[in-house]
Amino acid sequence: MTNVGCDQIAQVIQKDEKIILEQWGSYQLSSFTMRRDLISENEVKQESRKFLQLFSGALQNNKNDKLTGNEWDDVRVLLADVSLSRAKKGFSPSDTATFIFSLKQPLFNIARENFKDIAILAEVLWNITVILDKLGLYTTEVYQKGREEIISRQQQEMLELSTPVVQLWEGILALPMIGTLDSSRTQVVMESLLQEIVDTGATIAILDITGVPTVDTLVAQHLLKTVAAARLMGADCIISGIRPQIAQTIVHLGVDLTSVITKATLADAFLVALERTKQKIVKVAV
Amino acid sequence: MDRIPILKMGEHLLVTIQVDMHDQIALNLQDDLTNQIAKYKAKAVLIDISALEIVDSFIGRMISNIAGLSRILDAQTVVVGMRPAVAITLVELGLTLDGVRTALNVEKGLDILRTALKR
Amino acid sequence: MTNVALVLPIQSSEDIVIARQKVRELAIKAGFNVVNQTKFITAASELARNTLDYGGGGYLTFEELINGNKKGLKLVFEDQGPGIDNIQLAMTDGYTTGKGLGLGLTGAKRLVNEFDLWTEVGKGTRISIIQWT
Repeated sequence: MTNVGCDQIAQVIQKDEKIILEQWGSYQLSSFTMRRDLISENEVKQESRKFLQLFSGALQNNKNDKLTGNEWDDVRVLLADVSLSRAKKGFSPSDTATFIFSLKQPLFNIARENFKDIAILAEVLWNITVILDKLGLYTTEVYQKGREEIISRQQQEMLELSTPVVQLWEGILALPMIGTLDSSRTQVVMESLLQEIVDTGATIAILDITGVPTVDTLVAQHLLKTVAAARLMGADCIISGIRPQIAQTIVHLGVDLTSVITKATLADAFLVALERTKQKIVKVAV
Repeated sequence: MDRIPILKMGEHLLVTIQVDMHDQIALNLQDDLTNQIAKYKAKAVLIDISALEIVDSFIGRMISNIAGLSRILDAQTVVVGMRPAVAITLVELGLTLDGVRTALNVEKGLDILRTALKR
Repeated sequence: MTNVALVLPIQSSEDIVIARQKVRELAIKAGFNVVNQTKFITAASELARNTLDYGGGGYLTFEELINGNKKGLKLVFEDQGPGIDNIQLAMTDGYTTGKGLGLGLTGAKRLVNEFDLWTEVGKGTRISIIQWT
């Protein structure tokens, strides 16, 4: 890529900025992937104008065709902003990349107008294509990263939401577990249980597994780990909500739960917990 | 400092571990406690580890040993104040300190010892 | 991207304490949460003791890692001791040739994200562990 080529393109862009913006705007807005429900026309226009300014500025100072020089820093920052904000708004990757790719047509149009020499025109078109493709890929990459961040944050939130620790009574905690118990889930369960033990001074915790669909050796191991960790902090655990078929698998797998108190229902476990903490609930005679 | 102070309160011996112990300090503590249990005919030992940021298998073994030794010398041991992160790490390490009594804090630890001594 | 921070000798039980403190400092700097910090320091303590007790002393090398937006810490424990004859046996819970509980190697492995062991009889042992934020 010759610098002269880029320099000339930049000049043409600055000269015909208005025409390009108009055409680009209408391409974007008429595009099949334009999500008017997610972004306003005004926003698109502002982003476009700002991008074009930075883009022509960077072109003017372009030093190599890899776009790695610091003359492209501002463009990259703006594109990253645009991609991330679109990723958060729920645009698809192609919606996001369209922002860049739809600039090709207007730039080709003005190139045809301004460069009459066929050889130069060919070079100019090639340069535009190379640069816009690189920028387009960049938006997709940033978009991807943005989505990954959103997904991992949501996973973490889901984990925390799905494992509440509730105080049932003075000194008694309950953890209603729902869904599969894997190692990252166990980690969160343990951390929130132990923290709650510290915060409430509870001496007994009921792990209710009514909502756990299957208990295999691994799940049983995770349960036992949680029990052991609570015990190290001075709290005993009761496992409740063991359904008949789960009891069968546990015995069948040879998992040793003898060191843990187990009860069929949360209510049974609660009674044991009350007894252990020397408390009693009585019916009031009316 | 090569030795961790042991406080005597009636029939109780109280130890608060405040430093990141190197191995010799841990071994000294084990010896000192055994000697003092025998000397004062102590009935209960309370070890506060709330200041410990980590417990590795060496310290874990020392705690188990102390509990075992004091049981033989007819004294009860309670370990109190383990931090949540330490408890999680110990379990992951495979060290569950079976046979060692635990409590959340010094107060609850003393309660346990009092109840145990009444029997 | 890596960045070698420093090398510490593991020649005495005081060195293990110093190593633990350095690991804690770097783990906090890397932004590990408390549980990850504790796990990593404990694993380092186990391995440092192995280096001292079974390897006859050696070195601990620290490296700070960056991968995307994650930060990591890599520790390499090296000794020129007798090496491990039977790795499979050494990696079994409860197995020990010394006076310990036999939880050092397997326990440390469970506490970290990445664990790598190289050993050759008569030459020595090198164990590296990595934890990510």
